Amino acid sequence: MAVDKNMKILIVDDYKTMLRIISNLLKQLGFSNVDEAADGSEAFGKVKQETYGLIISDWNMEPMTGLDFLKKIRESDDVYKDTPFIMITAESKTENVIAAKQAGVNNYIVKPFNAETLKNKMVAVLGSF
Amino acid sequence: MGEITKQKDGKSSYEKEQVVKIINSVISKVEHAEDISRDSIFQELRELKRIIDEARKEIGLARPGDIKDKHIPTATDELDAVVDSTAEATGTIMDCCDVVSEIAGKVGGQNGDALIGEVTKIYEACSFQDITGQRITKVVETLKEIDEKVQALVSVLGEQAPGIIEVDDSKSSDGEDEDSVFLNGPQMPERAVTQDDIDKILAEFD
Repeated sequence: MAVDKNMKILIVDDYKTMLRIISNLLKQLGFSNVDEAADGSEAFGKVKQETYGLIISDWNMEPMTGLDFLKKIRESDDVYKDTPFIMITAESKTENVIAAKQAGVNNYIVKPFNAETLKNKMVAVLGSF
Repeated sequence: MGEITKQKDGKSSYEKEQVVKIINSVISKVEHAEDISRDSIFQELRELKRIIDEARKEIGLARPGDIKDKHIPTATDELDAVVDSTAEATGTIMDCCDVVSEIAGKVGGQNGDALIGEVTKIYEACSFQDITGQRITKVVETLKEIDEKVQALVSVLGEQAPGIIEVDDSKSSDGEDEDSVFLNGPQMPERAVTQDDIDKILAEFD
């Protein structure tokens, strides 16, 4: 099935610069319908109100981390429990990757990253576009 | 400075040995109290007190209170300023990128694509600001830990020496939340796990 480039994507990061970078890279990949949140709790509020085709989240944020946000949506009974989730983070230790995978992450990108890596991981999660 | 000089010429080490020697001597004399006069014990205790007072005076002269009140806040303010200025500069760079992208759209064709390609590289490079911010946060946390350790040392040696301030013991590493174990921030390049390593770890789950 073809990927809908109009699908809504939620990006979560406490650094405005990073939100802007990811948003611009997504735009260049053809995805312009992007929503933003500054931490896990704000993001959780958004997923309860909107349906997102993809969530791209940082890990290290306050008050709610990306890992806690991931666990919270995966533990829920609602539709967003299956939403594709990519973690983009500077936390690159093996135990981090394992913890994220066990919590239900679909893919994991280590910062700093480039547009090609972002595209490859999105293709791995969503299919070719 | 006095304390540092002492460490260089070995006097601190000598005084530490002297304290242990005096304490052992006092214990021994108390254990065999019938063989020794009280004056002798008091004399040794007075010597012990003199050494402890000297140590407290040296620490006071080093003005440990300044570490918490002046040095640490100054260092953290400077580092915060680095984060703010890099964020501002990055914002300006990305504003320029937005303008160039718009022009590239109007140019179109091969030249337009080439411009877009270069703008993408600039966007990617701008992620240095996020990484820099996280690294600086780690440095600030380390400074705070050093401050806490200095204050704890001061607390042990007494609060009456000049420049010595009270320690906030309310923060304890025992109370760290479970998630903080994972929050190590960016790794140094030579020790970092690469994207390829991460892909291999993820593949093991499939």
